[in-house]
Amino acid sequence: MHEYGLFSFDSKDEFLEKSMQFWNPDKTQFWQDSGVDLVIDRREGYLLWDMNGRRLIDVHLNGGTYNLGHRNPEVLSSVRDAMGHFDMGNHHFPALARTALAEKLVATAPPSLTKVAYASGGGEAIDIALKSARHATQRRKIVSIVKAYHGHTGLALATGDDRFSKLFLSDQDSEFPHVPFNDLDAMEQALRGRDVAAVIMETIPATYGFPLPDPGYLEGVKSLCEKYGSLYIADEVQTGLMRTGELWGITKHGVEPDILVTGKGISGGVYPIACVLLSDKAGDWLEVDGFGHISTFGGAELGCFAALKTLEITTRPEVRSMVHYCADLVGSVLRQVQQNHPNWFTGIRQNGVIFGLEFNHPEGAKFVMRELYELGVWAIFSTLDPRVLQYKPGILMTPDLTEELLDRTALAIERAEQSVGSNSWKAA
Amino acid sequence: MSLDVTQSLASDRQSPQVKAFSEISQAGHALERATWAAREFGTYSATDINRIVSAVADAASRHAEEFASATVDETGFGVVEHKIQKNLACSTGLLDEYAGADFVTPRVDSEKKVLEIPRPAGVIFALAPSTNPVATVYFKVLLSLMTRNAVLISPHPMAKVVSNRAAEILAEAAVGAGAPDGVIQSLPEPSLPLIEAVMKDERTKLILATGGTAMVRSAYSSSNPALGVGPGNVPVFVDSTADVRAAAAHIVDSKKFDNSVLCTNESVLIAEDSIADSLVREMSRLGAHFLTVEESKKLADVMYPTGRLNSEVVGKDAHVIAGMAGINSGPKTKVLVAPISAPVPEEVMTHEKLAPVLGFLRVTDAERGISAARAIVRIAGAGHSAAIHSTNSRTIMAYGAAVPVLRMTVNAGNSTGSAGLGTSLATSMTIGTGFVGRSGVGENLQPSHLVNWTKVAHSTLSQDPMPNYSGLDPWRSHDQPVPEYPVASNAQRDYSVAAPTSVADGVISKLGASADGDRISAVSDAALRAEIRRLVAQELANMSKG
Repeated sequence: MHEYGLFSFDSKDEFLEKSMQFWNPDKTQFWQDSGVDLVIDRREGYLLWDMNGRRLIDVHLNGGTYNLGHRNPEVLSSVRDAMGHFDMGNHHFPALARTALAEKLVATAPPSLTKVAYASGGGEAIDIALKSARHATQRRKIVSIVKAYHGHTGLALATGDDRFSKLFLSDQDSEFPHVPFNDLDAMEQALRGRDVAAVIMETIPATYGFPLPDPGYLEGVKSLCEKYGSLYIADEVQTGLMRTGELWGITKHGVEPDILVTGKGISGGVYPIACVLLSDKAGDWLEVDGFGHISTFGGAELGCFAALKTLEITTRPEVRSMVHYCADLVGSVLRQVQQNHPNWFTGIRQNGVIFGLEFNHPEGAKFVMRELYELGVWAIFSTLDPRVLQYKPGILMTPDLTEELLDRTALAIERAEQSVGSNSWKAA
Repeated sequence: MSLDVTQSLASDRQSPQVKAFSEISQAGHALERATWAAREFGTYSATDINRIVSAVADAASRHAEEFASATVDETGFGVVEHKIQKNLACSTGLLDEYAGADFVTPRVDSEKKVLEIPRPAGVIFALAPSTNPVATVYFKVLLSLMTRNAVLISPHPMAKVVSNRAAEILAEAAVGAGAPDGVIQSLPEPSLPLIEAVMKDERTKLILATGGTAMVRSAYSSSNPALGVGPGNVPVFVDSTADVRAAAAHIVDSKKFDNSVLCTNESVLIAEDSIADSLVREMSRLGAHFLTVEESKKLADVMYPTGRLNSEVVGKDAHVIAGMAGINSGPKTKVLVAPISAPVPEEVMTHEKLAPVLGFLRVTDAERGISAARAIVRIAGAGHSAAIHSTNSRTIMAYGAAVPVLRMTVNAGNSTGSAGLGTSLATSMTIGTGFVGRSGVGENLQPSHLVNWTKVAHSTLSQDPMPNYSGLDPWRSHDQPVPEYPVASNAQRDYSVAAPTSVADGVISKLGASADGDRISAVSDAALRAEIRRLVAQELANMSKG
């Protein structure tokens, strides 16, 4: 019997049956077929426990949502404390916690960003960003990269790969041109007509397997934006919050974006919230019609407390230093592992503790994911490029846990190589 | 634009428990950063360590004067010129003392067939007292660096500004010379709950506790390894065979030194009747003011108003203390000497003083002198130190055997002598009081106490040879920043341009400043100071109580 207060399940099997029956049959089945029978139960720090008690080190972090670890005690304590006085708040009125968080976010951001709008999740935040750009430029087109991913809401979905839009007959129209990544000429072609409201870019495209922008690429895109009167939107949902070793990854490129979007990790993994940081120009609608975008749960005040604490922890000088240590150790050990498997482990994409590990098989990352899972590590393949494993250690990883993770990883990579060579198993 | 609104709003809404938890968590992150640093530092070569230790000692000595006067300004304790001496002794002095010492390179004992590989403690949590704040920071930092340990300093709240500044200067010098980032850190806002939490934290590998008895006991009950020291209460015995003139000079000089704030400072003078009068004459000539019984009573009322030491007198000039007691001693007075009729605890002048005041007891012979010294140490100061002025080797030996202390100086001032200045004891701001003084260390704290050695033992049978380890060194030299700055893997690794000039840096320092409490209002600052004074008074009281 598995007891969880308001509900219980007799067994994992019973739970999985109900998951198929009442929730999401395809997704539930997909993981069973992939050899990952994970049902996350207890969670603490960077550790997860399956319903059956198996311990896993989490380097998926749900896209950085658990950047500070699961149930970070400081975030929990702040939200608990806030619950003694606050609830979600009323989005119609000026709100204490929303304003406090906005001020802190602006203080931490590149100087171009002066206002903050709130959403309840990353997709909505991207929609706000795109709507803001359209209002500010009075143009409609939004340029994104091929294989982009910015979320599943209306406008966000249109910027992304049709993997997620066709299903819902929502695939892109002419207002959402996609250009190849790392191709400045193609970008210039797209912008030349001076009819583009904004270019939206993840600083490193996560779902595409973290291909790194060529040196100078993002800087080039920014100057093209300036040249043709388009806004630059930095999607920092997965690259922000110190994951690159600086609070916002885009600052390492010296780019001052017109809009910056943060989600996932800013919630502290505890209370959903996403934020859109806007320049004076991009935030113009907030001067003209502040009721232009309305979101009951957007910027819920309890979420603001989670975000304030998250920001405080993340910006501690000690934490920045710890991230640099962790990035240095993980990078150098993985490079050694790579030297031992040069034909299999073909590339390491690294910026800080953001890693895309490339394997020499069209679905190589699925093999490694499964071996890692067997060895007690949870990392996920890149949906839009399954050759590449997303490998995302949290920013508060301890030296001991990092060493343990690396030991397990080296073994999993070796086993996956053998399994690809000897096994006809194909990932679903 | 200012962060004030955010800051005050956030903190107004935070309960005190959440705020305390946040401070403890940030200190935890300092320990975590130190753990990373120590992990790297433990691979540094002897050459690296020599370079880093010299650079840090240099930086420390360059700031010796500045920090000496800043210390006296901030704490109100002691004498600038003597603090300079201590700061120099604990910077370039230590460098000279341990020149050639090597706590890094493996050692081979071919005869015993044992290879020894040093294993640093890792992360050291070092407490510093208000009386020797900067010298102690220097001392504990350099010892930590010599032995490849990371160190987190807890400055005394009364000296936190100068101590944090000192730690910052040393940290910059260390990292500048190639040490890992975060190898030296300090707690910006030390408080008792915070210190206790750090002492208990499993990331703390060794506590160096110098301070009041309560703090030292707390270190020992933290469940982590600790090297703590007990209070001193130093008897000095002058016997009939002493060179009275020289003894008088040593005693007065020692009492003058930094206005007696060192724990090694003489507390009670015991003199054999046969030389007592001439000792009084000689000491008076040198600036000692011998009080009448009446004056002594007035002084006791000021120094021990509730039976506990009044922190207002600590480290003050003798004539200032005399003034506080309504005694007119004149500005030339360097030491106040108060007569004691018997070495018993109810005579308050038998207790530790941390001020240029000396209790004075006459005894009929050496045997009585020795038992009086034992009585003084029984009141407080077990395991600490004692002094004797004598030319009779039997008396000196008997005194050494009978008085339960772990160091004594002969025919020299004890303030500096037992701290290793002018004697061949290890120069130390931390005086181990050993088992008798409820401590895990019986020597003056020194680098060898901060490192373990892995013993790689081989069979002693003659037919089993020991492999040749000579010339092997498991460590490597470091000539790049540690850790490396996280440049994207597809970008050129060029350290000349890799240094981040990003906006985030500025922001962090901005946030850091506000989090450090720079924005505390004048009102709450005053309250904080009052609270600190209360804590210090309590700590000193506990110390003097023993």
